[in-house]
Amino acid sequence: MTLEVLAVDDSRTMRNMIRLALEPEGFTVHTADDGVHGTEVLDGIAPDVIITDINMPRMDGFGFIDTVRAQDKHRTTPILVLTTESGNELKQRARKSGATGWIVKPFDPAKLIKALRMVAG
Amino acid sequence: MTEVANNSNSVELLTFKLSDQEYSLDIMCVREIRGWTQATPLPHSPAYMKGVINLRGAVLPVMDLAQRLGLPVTEHTDRNVIIVVKHEETLAGLLVDAVSDIIALSDDDMQPPPEAGEGMQQGVIKSLTLIEDRMIRTLDLSHLVTTLQSDAA
Amino acid sequence: MTAPDPMAEIRASFFIECEELLEAMQDGLQQLDDGADDPETINVVFRAVHSIKGGAGAFGLEQMVRFAHRFETVLDGVRAGTLAVSADLMKLFFKAGDHLSDIVRASRDDEEFPDGESEAIVAELDQYISSDADDAAEEEIDFQPMGLSLDLDLGLPDIEPSGPPTWCITFTPDAEMYESGNEVFPILRALAELGDAEVRCDTSKVPVLSELAPESAYLSWTIDLQTTVDEAEIRSVFEFVDGLCTVSVERAEEPAAEFEPMPDFDLPAPEPMEDLPPPPAPEPEATAKPEPDAAPKRGAGSSSANAAKAVVRVDLDRIERLVNLVGELVINQAMLAQSLESAGLSPHSDAMNGLEEFQRLTRDIQDSVMMIRAQPVKPLFQRMSRIVRESSAAVGKEVRLETDGETTEVDKTVIERLADPLTHMIRNAVDHGLESTEDRTAAGKSTEGIVKLSAAHRSGRVVIEVSDDGGGINRPKVHQIAIDKGLVPADTALTDSEIDNLLFLPGFSTASTVSDLSGRGVGMDVVKTAIQSLGGRITITSEPGVGTTFSISLPLTLAVLDGMVVNVAGETLVVPLNVVSETLTIHEDTTDEIEPGAQVVRVRGGFVHLFDLGGALGYRSGPGDLAGSVALLIAQEDGNRVALIVDEIQDQRQVVIKGLDDTFCRSPGIAAATILGDGQIALIVDPSDIIANASKHGAASSSSMRMEA
Repeated sequence: MTLEVLAVDDSRTMRNMIRLALEPEGFTVHTADDGVHGTEVLDGIAPDVIITDINMPRMDGFGFIDTVRAQDKHRTTPILVLTTESGNELKQRARKSGATGWIVKPFDPAKLIKALRMVAG
Repeated sequence: MTEVANNSNSVELLTFKLSDQEYSLDIMCVREIRGWTQATPLPHSPAYMKGVINLRGAVLPVMDLAQRLGLPVTEHTDRNVIIVVKHEETLAGLLVDAVSDIIALSDDDMQPPPEAGEGMQQGVIKSLTLIEDRMIRTLDLSHLVTTLQSDAA
Repeated sequence: MTAPDPMAEIRASFFIECEELLEAMQDGLQQLDDGADDPETINVVFRAVHSIKGGAGAFGLEQMVRFAHRFETVLDGVRAGTLAVSADLMKLFFKAGDHLSDIVRASRDDEEFPDGESEAIVAELDQYISSDADDAAEEEIDFQPMGLSLDLDLGLPDIEPSGPPTWCITFTPDAEMYESGNEVFPILRALAELGDAEVRCDTSKVPVLSELAPESAYLSWTIDLQTTVDEAEIRSVFEFVDGLCTVSVERAEEPAAEFEPMPDFDLPAPEPMEDLPPPPAPEPEATAKPEPDAAPKRGAGSSSANAAKAVVRVDLDRIERLVNLVGELVINQAMLAQSLESAGLSPHSDAMNGLEEFQRLTRDIQDSVMMIRAQPVKPLFQRMSRIVRESSAAVGKEVRLETDGETTEVDKTVIERLADPLTHMIRNAVDHGLESTEDRTAAGKSTEGIVKLSAAHRSGRVVIEVSDDGGGINRPKVHQIAIDKGLVPADTALTDSEIDNLLFLPGFSTASTVSDLSGRGVGMDVVKTAIQSLGGRITITSEPGVGTTFSISLPLTLAVLDGMVVNVAGETLVVPLNVVSETLTIHEDTTDEIEPGAQVVRVRGGFVHLFDLGGALGYRSGPGDLAGSVALLIAQEDGNRVALIVDEIQDQRQVVIKGLDDTFCRSPGIAAATILGDGQIALIVDPSDIIANASKHGAASSSSMRMEA
């Protein structure tokens, strides 16, 4: 089963690591380097899951999630936020922003895949 | 006749002729073999440095090996051959009379040279081998290639 | 060829990204220092440090993570508005930034990095962190990706299961669960993967169709799961939906009476990170409707430039190869042109015109290829910024660095080789060029000294200037020192500029005490040699009381050279054009023999030593009949001029430089080689070197052996 993923993160290293973790497992990975770019890329694809960083220039993760959720077709598209923090505060905020789940950086590829499968059938 | 065991102790050598004597070099450092071309002389260099030639866009220094070893120098003709060798990062050309063949020898076949090499040959010969009446001197390339600082004569 | 290790590649890419982030951080810090007060600037700095921390974590670079975390925490305080920017804080930020750069570089090169330095800076940073922040957070930064580790002590009596225990799980999603994008199926599937599961769905709450609200949740599931995993792992399946559903997990063997199905079980925090300051709240930069062109005031961070400019990373080896191939293309075309000419083709024929067009296109390609390796000098200037900070602190002066032309592009190799000479010049400017604070005040100058660094393209070359607004060169003192050191005869009168140039003589140093900084014995002559080895020139101008300026002129790339192709004793040579000031025709009546073997030629009222290039190179013993021969007037950097006799000047052209391998044979007077149109090698001479040698051995001697032609 190939899942299509959109990963949005301003760090090239992070994007590379996500690709490295997912592509060998058969995922199709699209990337963007900030929220604005992510919105543009999103227009042309139909991902099964979106992964987004929070701290990004131009438009950050939360702004991006708002934008995505505002689109009808993406109202319930699973979105995972990538974060270096964890703890209840962040969970609540991620939840409030409309994210489906979260992954903590640095991530274990197996856990990333597990999280993706948890939200994307 | 020594058996050449095909194990890691054997080494392949390119043998060539210099002034009627036979020498050899480890094939691993030989990059190619070219015919003789006119060299552009390098000013104030030792007499055995013929100069530089154009090797497909690279500037290759060429050494007259016979002259370097103190052997009588023969006339250079079109039949002379340049052996292009690589030592660490350095490429160089060795001008010899002719190339003979490639042989495989084991460590046992290679005898250490006599104590003090004579004159210009000092340190340059790594080992001696006797094959069917041919005395083959194996050269130490690192010794040839390094330490060629020329003070202006 | 073995496939490259992807992790190694990503790691290499990470360090390159770090350089970009550090650059953005420096830019941001500089802007903050200059008084920028828009929130985006501090955001840029914060994000840069934050990203470095994130990537470092992925590679297990603990030192980097720890330090970056401290740094980031204080930056976040400024970002959140709880901490005000002060001059002291800026100094600390710069110091922390420099230190972070050091750690990055040490990590990249796998070098040990002393923790001691970090501690000192961290201690300073900590002073700015409010007391509710967790000081112990450092030890709790966990590099393992987080799983849930629940410590549920429910007082369950120990039961020895006979087979794998069976758990009874009920799961009732709220409407919000679906809205968050979570689905039931993956949860059920994940539970099923843990063991043997039997799933029953309770549809009893589903109303009749007419009353059905499509977005409400009416279903609930019961799962009997026989599994060896512990409760924590079962609950971890519900991690994302915690709070959005009702879940109960209980052991089936348990007497059900003792326990109520637990509603809304709030999963405790997975790991002890609670005490960290609240995760930094980003300033939302856009409303729900994306405004693609609304670029709020941005720091000049390259992170925003990333989105704007498509960039490709290329191995330097590949560029080398491309440069070489294009060089050979040029050579081949020249050979073709020659062949066509000797074949008797008219220069106006179609073929020749076509070839000319072809050559023009190739020159364009060559220019473009040369510029591939060109990079802006900004990172180099930023390094100098740090040198100014460090050196001014070391000598106790207030100094500001002003830069101009940071976007000027220069060949990468040139930039690398400029670092040392520039560092030295900047240190000199701070140490010697600028007066002490007292002297400056006494002279009516501001206490803050200014060092200016600029770069610009001018007529096909790169001009870099280092200037200070200090006291200028103390000419009487310099002249005296030169006399004392025997560098000039005692009674000669020297012009101002000649005195200034004395600074470039080896062994010259005006420091009466050796400061910590400039050290001993590394003089401007080292700088000059370095610049010249790049094919450049350096000149100096100075005004007492006002300041001093060093001006460096460099070729745009190292790989080509503008040269004068000449014939000497049957050999073709190339003389670098940057040292040739004019060409002369020698006449009997303009030459004189001042002593046996040493000729001079009269040039506009002065006399200039005459050397035979062929003789100096050992090609021949003497130039023969001088009359009518041609000489090149060479301007040396010490101001002296000499004339080199050649047989004939062929033309002036750009040649591709081919290095000569020094390890094998070092030829004095020869700088490099090039390959001409006919495939022949022409040596590129270094006139200063030749003259130095010739002076040792006598100009017209045939000191070397005759070369066999």
